Amino acid sequence: MAKSRGAAKVLVQVLAALLAAAYLIPVYMTLVTSLKSPQEINLMTAWQPPSQVNWESYSTAFKQFAPYIKNSLILAVCATAISAAMGSLNGYVLSKYSLPGRNVIMPLIVFGMFIPYQSILVPLFQFMQRTKLYGGLPGLILVHVVYGLPITTLLFRSFYEEIPDELLGAASIDGADFFGVFRYVIMPLSGPPFLVVCIWQFTQIWNEFLFAVTLTRPSAQPITVALANLAGGQAVSWNLPMAGSVLAALPTVLIYVLLGRYFVRGLLAGALKG
Amino acid sequence: MQSRRDNLAAALIILPSIILLGIFVYGFIAQTMRVSMTDWGQEAAMVLEPKVNYIGLANYSDLFTGFLNMRFRQDLTNMLFFTLLFVGLSLLAGLLLAVLIDQLAWGETFFRTVFLYPMSLSFVVTGTIWRWLLQPRGGLNVLPTLVGLPAGKFLWLTSRDQTLAFDWSHIFYYLCLGALILFSISACSHWVRGEAAGLRAKLVICAVLLGILASGVLTSIKLLPFPEQHGFNKALWGIVLAAVWQMSGYTMALYLAGLRTIPDELREAARVDGASKFQVYRYVDLPLLGPITVSAVVILGHIALKIFDLIFAMAGPDHYPTSVPAITMFLKTFRGNELAVGSAIGVILLILVSLLIIPYLITSFKAEEG
Repeated sequence: MAKSRGAAKVLVQVLAALLAAAYLIPVYMTLVTSLKSPQEINLMTAWQPPSQVNWESYSTAFKQFAPYIKNSLILAVCATAISAAMGSLNGYVLSKYSLPGRNVIMPLIVFGMFIPYQSILVPLFQFMQRTKLYGGLPGLILVHVVYGLPITTLLFRSFYEEIPDELLGAASIDGADFFGVFRYVIMPLSGPPFLVVCIWQFTQIWNEFLFAVTLTRPSAQPITVALANLAGGQAVSWNLPMAGSVLAALPTVLIYVLLGRYFVRGLLAGALKG
Repeated sequence: MQSRRDNLAAALIILPSIILLGIFVYGFIAQTMRVSMTDWGQEAAMVLEPKVNYIGLANYSDLFTGFLNMRFRQDLTNMLFFTLLFVGLSLLAGLLLAVLIDQLAWGETFFRTVFLYPMSLSFVVTGTIWRWLLQPRGGLNVLPTLVGLPAGKFLWLTSRDQTLAFDWSHIFYYLCLGALILFSISACSHWVRGEAAGLRAKLVICAVLLGILASGVLTSIKLLPFPEQHGFNKALWGIVLAAVWQMSGYTMALYLAGLRTIPDELREAARVDGASKFQVYRYVDLPLLGPITVSAVVILGHIALKIFDLIFAMAGPDHYPTSVPAITMFLKTFRGNELAVGSAIGVILLILVSLLIIPYLITSFKAEEG
């Protein structure tokens, strides 16, 4: 589209600035509230900056949340690594090998990332109890790995489809077998896809709530559940939930700000042909 | 290049994933369906090998017509209104932001980052923050007082007002009406594009639906012994606002990617032919953005149908005016131990999402092969 000129140009900039300010309102409110002392928090003066910056909410929130942040980190790192590794192999197979039923396999796999998890939750809950995986982090990791497979497989497959078959053919003439091609042709080209997939999975798993709230005991709960419990309590002073929100959001927001380009690629790939 | 040994290795590598997904997705769905047709609940829920009886579709008919399940029917109504508002407003806001960013002279990266950052947050964080912003006597409502205007009075999440009330007994009438509206819109789009065959088919369907509506057959059905009012709960506006704030950046990113793939030559050609700036958008950009809109509707629509965390964090699971089936499923299953009823709600959600997703998956993967 041709760029606007003159007055229209200024208008567009002003409008964008106003909208950006509106989108940032929640950040302002969160930071301002989290830096006030509990006595200073008052509905009528909620918009005013704190008269005295009070960092205590953050140290309190961190002390309270530290074990849950640790749970979230273990969960997100392990589940991301395993589901990305499996997705990479699956993507390689499904993009470069013609297996029987290949055309049906992909839609059937991808369907798994759209289902409402309420429709598998009761059997999953039973399964976790039977296998004694219920309540702990290993069980939750398994769940996130399995339900992460559709998106990781889809993302890697679409990346690998762009690698020309001739490259693989040349390697196999040189004597490379299935694993040789993966190791020496596919892997060296997998940097960007791994980054996209890992960022996507880490963000999703860090932010996930339904499995976390239904399949873990308090000691293994991730940060989202801890935050919901804290903010859901009745007699709560708002500085603490706001500081907690900042801590819970920090890792994914940092990833987004630093590696936004890769984040958006994962985002758009979810829309299949988008 | 593919030897038999390589093919065998490929099959063995993918096998674990197929088995896992086969069990965790398809096996578990089948099991949920089975459980939903039993009376498994209450005391039986506590034991590992419970004694349950097969009761057919009784749980489903109970949810739709049972006296005690009024909440579930309002949940469905809430979900429908939330989905319509959330998807509609996210598309509108996303398109506006994309066009705006496309026109910017400078600062594009900055603005894109700002409009998209809410996507990186969890619904729980969004819900917590917006719950504070939407306090009846604070937050957004007192924002006008900063510039001397009177404070807003709207009860964002706690309002008990309801509009657009309808009688659940007449639900088939309204479903038919909804279908009529959908097919009319589709007929209009065929008419605009001058597709005679499509238009004729859609007009016939519209006429049939109109006939059914006019005949009064649907209003004579008595689903419930008493009239039962459901409608749009105004408390949902708060949830819609937070959800649109979080997801409009996604539609913006989709539309922006779409705008960027439209070659400038196409617009140039239109301009040479005398098209005004608005006409270029209307006749060049908008039709090409159609497929993106379909993707966005499907993705946002299935998120809306499943919405759980946001409402849980913003209004709590026990807040009747903003409840949706996903919330009630959680309460029934994990607080009420009514595993069969919870499963039935899960299956209903799956059917609704599938209506949206399965056609989309089929067309996407067909297009890929072709």
